Amino acid sequence: MTPVTSVKAGRSVNKRRDLLERLTLQGPGLAYLLLFMAVPICLILIYSIFQRGQFGGVVFHATTENFTRALDPVYRSVLFDSLKIASITTVLALALGYPTAYGIAKLPKRFRTTALLLIVMPFWTNFLIRTYSWIMLLNSEGLLNKALLKLNLIHSPLDLLYTQSAVILGLLYGYLPLMILPLYASIEKLDPEIREAASNLGANRFRTFLDVTLPLTISGVLAGSIFVFIPSLGNFIVPELLGGGKTVMVGNLIRDQFLKARDWPFGSVLALVVIFLVFVLFALQSKVEKRISGDAHAN
Amino acid sequence: MGITYFFLYVPIIALVGMSFNASDSPFTWNGFSTKWYGVLVNDSTVLKGLTNTLIVAFTSTLLATILGTALAVGLHQYTKSSFLNAFALAPAIMPDIVLGIGLLALFALLSMTLGLYSVVIAHVVFSMAFVSAVVKARLSNSDPALREASMDLGATRSTTFFKITLPSLTPAIVAGALLAFTLSLDEFVIAFFTNGPATPTLPIIIYSMVRFGVTPEINALASLLMLVSFTAVIGAQRMTKLAEAQS
Amino acid sequence: MPKKQHTKRRLLAVGSIMVGLLLISACSSGTKSDSASDALDPNADLKTQSLVVSNWAAYMPEDLPANFEALTGSKVTVTNHATNEEIMAKLTAGGDSGIDVAFVSGQFAQALAAQGLLESIHPELIPNLKNLYPEATKLPYDIGNKYSVPYSWGTTGICYRKDLTGFDPTSWNDILNPVAKLKGKVTTLATERWLMLPAQKLLGYSANTTSETEMAKVKDTLIAAKKNLLAYDDTTFYTRLVSGEAAMTVAWDGWCNYGITDNKNIKFVVPKEGSDLWTDTMVILKTSKNKEAAHAFINYVLDAKVQSWVIENILYKVPNKAAMDLVAAKLGETYPNMLMTPAELLKGEGLIDLGAAGPMYTKIATEITASK
Repeated sequence: MTPVTSVKAGRSVNKRRDLLERLTLQGPGLAYLLLFMAVPICLILIYSIFQRGQFGGVVFHATTENFTRALDPVYRSVLFDSLKIASITTVLALALGYPTAYGIAKLPKRFRTTALLLIVMPFWTNFLIRTYSWIMLLNSEGLLNKALLKLNLIHSPLDLLYTQSAVILGLLYGYLPLMILPLYASIEKLDPEIREAASNLGANRFRTFLDVTLPLTISGVLAGSIFVFIPSLGNFIVPELLGGGKTVMVGNLIRDQFLKARDWPFGSVLALVVIFLVFVLFALQSKVEKRISGDAHAN
Repeated sequence: MGITYFFLYVPIIALVGMSFNASDSPFTWNGFSTKWYGVLVNDSTVLKGLTNTLIVAFTSTLLATILGTALAVGLHQYTKSSFLNAFALAPAIMPDIVLGIGLLALFALLSMTLGLYSVVIAHVVFSMAFVSAVVKARLSNSDPALREASMDLGATRSTTFFKITLPSLTPAIVAGALLAFTLSLDEFVIAFFTNGPATPTLPIIIYSMVRFGVTPEINALASLLMLVSFTAVIGAQRMTKLAEAQS
Repeated sequence: MPKKQHTKRRLLAVGSIMVGLLLISACSSGTKSDSASDALDPNADLKTQSLVVSNWAAYMPEDLPANFEALTGSKVTVTNHATNEEIMAKLTAGGDSGIDVAFVSGQFAQALAAQGLLESIHPELIPNLKNLYPEATKLPYDIGNKYSVPYSWGTTGICYRKDLTGFDPTSWNDILNPVAKLKGKVTTLATERWLMLPAQKLLGYSANTTSETEMAKVKDTLIAAKKNLLAYDDTTFYTRLVSGEAAMTVAWDGWCNYGITDNKNIKFVVPKEGSDLWTDTMVILKTSKNKEAAHAFINYVLDAKVQSWVIENILYKVPNKAAMDLVAAKLGETYPNMLMTPAELLKGEGLIDLGAAGPMYTKIATEITASK
């Protein structure tokens, strides 16, 4: 065999092995998602072009009226409010979560898993009870108000509950671990020598953070942000209990269509809108991530 | 960082405190009593629900971690397509009620009788997305040269995967698995729609008590869970210390 | 192969699966289950039948399944749902839900029947139907109890702390437009039908109205009322009364009794403009393969002793004359609303399903609760 042919043969063997590895790694996961996510979602989203039956159920007459109904101002305002609340929650989660994840990553190796466990353990109790605990702490007869009154910091109980702020607090509380864990995974990988190099070159800690640490951990930041932002949009327990039902989020909206109005077609349309929005966000996230981490790696 | 832990645990302290509440209400205090712990121990429905929940959580976490990690590595090594990446993340961003009802419709179409296994199937769907996202977040910083070097030195792809790639991903896999476990433990909506009637999970049981009153029995349950988890974590921590001291 | 082709292939695969499933689901939803509503066997061996019953948690005696099994040999598994809406979604998602008997409120039973999902009730298999008040056979969502059997009933009113309000409210207006000192200390129910009820009655409309002009006025009234509201609350309102966070709440009469148990200052009143009559019922699913056992179960539940448990433990009224006669009088001393006669209850307007107007109510509810 001449060297050229053997290189060629080598390359095609490599290609086959690559394909095999690719199929083994990606195949099961993708097939699983195809069957158990894509198909069910499509089953429901198909309804968006049909109509609600008189008492619920679906009548298979194609129509676009559900899409025009979705343009009604009340839904736009709910969507806008939800986006606002979810964004604030995400920013706060980042502000709290990044330093925490950083702190855990800097702990001696033997403490890191324990520290992580301590973050998630509160969430092994039940969400309803945790929410009731917040209600108990924050209501006008609750512990926080009683304490503040006793310390004479306020003169009449604060209206902490059943406000938009209470909803943000509840969402932040519920989704903080989802921010911390991906951040941790990303930060832990950081090579401390890069930071040392940066400070040796004269950058102060803030600069180092902004130009070196943050871009290298951007994929963790973006993953964590999506994990907080999306479920915040779709949550309906927190607005109901902590918000007193006075703040309506997209999650409440979609659930109401499926459960209360038994209008699956319209619920599908609203779900489509949210899914579409999220895909747009995700595409943005991919682009941003490639940009920033590409820059970071280049530098 | 301390603030975060404080924030996370304040309601937990309140929750544990209320488990000693003498009255029926989970939020108005009416004297001290340990009776709810007694009620809990005798409440076979709640205890069965706990068992079911743990079965679902452990099984779905195991499956999700395997599928999700493999998917993340496979996508990172071989795919730049953002469509596939979005597809892998999609379950995490679907409204849970759509996923829940959709899976119910699918199971109905396939004439499957529902049970705990159908909940496991459903939970793996979204858990997998979280695991693969966490693992990918770490992979994006990793150096492809390591893998190339390993293969240049004659190692097969599978040896490289198991001896080089996986170990370097351990923190991310642990973080992802923790996330998957936590999410499954407390998941209500999808479990409600995909579960069989004879095997309720704990969130389903507790949520269905909402109409006629959640009592401090649930606080007692949560407190006990916390106690057991703490003990396990401290115990594991001690053992790691011992192992390290010995080596 | 090149990326683009790969993606295209994937999309094609997904698309064809979707279309295939769509066709299958469209076809299968046309053919309802084949267990038709023909004659049931009164001598069927119940030992070979088992039941799955879906109910609200703690809504029936805990030992009921065991006692029923001891009596008939038929095993009962109880599963729970928290709201009517959830169980409806489960029952209407297609296929066999695995549930034989479900407890749902009257208007939902009507909707299920309209979709052909319920087995008709065979009265010859339920001799205890005679325990029901005559009024309980004329409820508007199912006149003659053709596909549902009533389990409990009641009305909606104002549940309040006399010591905090200083007066007895008499009108829905007292809670929709509270006096200055009570602003921010009132709650109303969140579930649509009962969210609308106070305004509907105040404006003199039917609780089942489908008129867009009437509902527009209801909407305006309730948007204005939102400013004075502490919260929309279906589940914790009586604890708010007990803790003093709220002074007046819109409440179901049975729930108000829980508040009264904890605080004797709590009282219940039906406002002068009138209110509703709600009913929780038992229905048998057509997909059930245990219809005789299901009937026997309902019969067992209608037994006077069993239903009197409901009265004594859930503090709800039941349409079962035999049961009420046993225990209601004594309870009426602490819980006055127990003494409401069926005639008084029937002054309330029975709720029925709104049919095609359902989504309109949901939209208006959203507009109200999302208003600033």
